[in-house]
Amino acid sequence: MANSIIQVENVSKAYRRDTFDIPVLNNISLSVSEGDFLGLMGPSGSGKTTLLNLVAGIDRPSKGRVVVGGTDIGTLSETALAKWRATHVGFIFQFYNLIPVLTAYENVELPLLLTSLSKAERKKHVEFALQVVGLADRMYHYPKQLSGGQEQRVAIARAIATDPTLLVADEPTGDLDKQSAEEILTLLERLNKEFKKTIVMVTHDPRAAEKAHTVRHLDKGELK
Amino acid sequence: MRIFKLMFKNALRHKLRTSLTILGIAIAVMAFGFLRTVVTAWYAGVEASAANRLVTRNAVSFIFPLPLAYRDKIARIPGVETVSYMNWFQGVYIDKNQFFARFAADVQTALEVYPEFIVPPDQLEAFTKERNACMVGADLAKQYNFKIGDVIPIEGDIYPGKWDFVVRAIYQPRDEKVDGTQMWFHWAYLDERMRQDMPGRAGEVGWYIIRISNPNDGARISEEVDQLFKNSRAETKTESERAFQEGFVQGTNLIIVLLNFMSFVIIGIIMLVLGNTMIMSARERTKEYAVLKTIGFSGSHLTKLIAGESMIISILGGALGLLLTYPIVGMFSLFVPKSWFPIFYIEPITIVLAGTSALVVGVIAALFPIQRAVRTSIVDGLRFVG
Ligand SMILES: Nc1ncnc2c1ncn2[C@@H]1O[C@H](COP(=O)(O)OP(=O)(O)OP(=O)(O)O)[C@@H](O)[C@H]1O
Ligand SMILES: [Mg+2]
Repeated sequence: MANSIIQVENVSKAYRRDTFDIPVLNNISLSVSEGDFLGLMGPSGSGKTTLLNLVAGIDRPSKGRVVVGGTDIGTLSETALAKWRATHVGFIFQFYNLIPVLTAYENVELPLLLTSLSKAERKKHVEFALQVVGLADRMYHYPKQLSGGQEQRVAIARAIATDPTLLVADEPTGDLDKQSAEEILTLLERLNKEFKKTIVMVTHDPRAAEKAHTVRHLDKGELK
Repeated sequence: MRIFKLMFKNALRHKLRTSLTILGIAIAVMAFGFLRTVVTAWYAGVEASAANRLVTRNAVSFIFPLPLAYRDKIARIPGVETVSYMNWFQGVYIDKNQFFARFAADVQTALEVYPEFIVPPDQLEAFTKERNACMVGADLAKQYNFKIGDVIPIEGDIYPGKWDFVVRAIYQPRDEKVDGTQMWFHWAYLDERMRQDMPGRAGEVGWYIIRISNPNDGARISEEVDQLFKNSRAETKTESERAFQEGFVQGTNLIIVLLNFMSFVIIGIIMLVLGNTMIMSARERTKEYAVLKTIGFSGSHLTKLIAGESMIISILGGALGLLLTYPIVGMFSLFVPKSWFPIFYIEPITIVLAGTSALVVGVIAALFPIQRAVRTSIVDGLRFVG
């Protein structure tokens, strides 16, 4: 595929525990084209998070190659990989993972601190991102003053603050009620359509999977 | 917002824990400053000793006298500029607890030898003229409210009898290292009274103080002085003033060594207090650090973040401790008679030492948490459950 943004080539992953290896992914290949919205489903323990982490460059494969946006991320040093993540990938976690001592504004600003943007420019980015997720009026609230759905929207704002091409989300609605889950999914859909973000989303929720263009199933380390 | 702000917010996350840590560091720094001040006070005499002064005493012991006749013989040795002499008078003023150093001195030469005792010329003149006049240090005058013209009655012990001294001069110590709590009167007056009452003790000198023109000649001149009186009735031992003072302090050496040791144990305690806090915080934040790394923070960012937080706490604690050191030392010197520790002040080096210790501890306490945060892989960090 000419315009595929993610290429996973014959990737295997095993975690080492003490003296033996636990195989998690077994010779997986996957290609995601630019602008796609991919849903990853599968039973618990099947390796969904592991695959997502490899694609996002926060973990390295035991075997095989992961190429994202033309970069073979296996060739990057730790520091280079950190830089690469800062500019190319936005993360959305199941439990939001906001920094509790920072306001919504400051949480969103966090990834921007690593860029060379001036204070004024960062402000623009933060305000824009919070506007996109519909929380412009909650900028100075702390995470504990927000609902779960709002926290997740702040987390999404943080993920898009640096305007990355790829968003990865690990069960973004897993901890939310129906209503909030719906809002988050609509937001992700909009980010995909309107802002042309490529999204890879792990989910258990069939309704979430419906929003995805493509759905792949992982089972016992094999992709179906 | 800058990373700096996050450091602050992190440091203040557990307000009680952080406050207690800061307080712990402050108390330790204060104790350190205080102990060091006591130690330096002990050594103050040694520190203040001049390189161009030698002290000649009786070879048997400091408490046995030397004949006055030695003065001129010593003066003839090449390289000797001035020879002065003193006796330890002691005596009791009011009661035994009112202790301060009382010397019978050959005043004119003694002031040449001790230029750090500064006396106004008119007072010096009045002092010199009157046979039973005395001179007191400014600090002593303050402590006992002595004024020019006051009479200080002293009950003699080493030199029995009733002694009345009229204050005619008040000297200013040249700097903080100089003892401002001494009292001097004329050796000639002591000798005159001895000649009357106990003729056998006339012409006795406690020790000689020799000013030499070149400090490098100290060893040679000491040797020559002692050689001069070898096999005489009163053999001498001559040494640099520094060695003489050290000999004085030696008796209390064990305490000093202990105090010194304690002051460094305290630094170890600060390290443990802060280290413990930092390790707890870093452990609780394992997941957050993994999130920061995910976002793109590198190992060096985390290093700055954690070290910064540790430094903030240690700097606050150190600063508070230094601020507390002054009133504590001040209070101590209020309750302890000035003459016990004539020279009792916080040396700049103590402040520098306490300050740098706090800083260094801040860095060291951060090392383990930093290593942990940097080493933990993102995947393990995100899966971490407290
Ligand atoms: N860092 C790790 N160290 C050791 N084992 C791990 C690690 N991460 C995952 N595993 C193991 O790998 C397997 C797959 O884990 P993974 O988290 O990818 O599954 P998942 O499909 O995301 O499951 P869930 O739906 O429960 O989130 C599990 O057996 C898990 O215990
Ligand atoms: Mg998972």
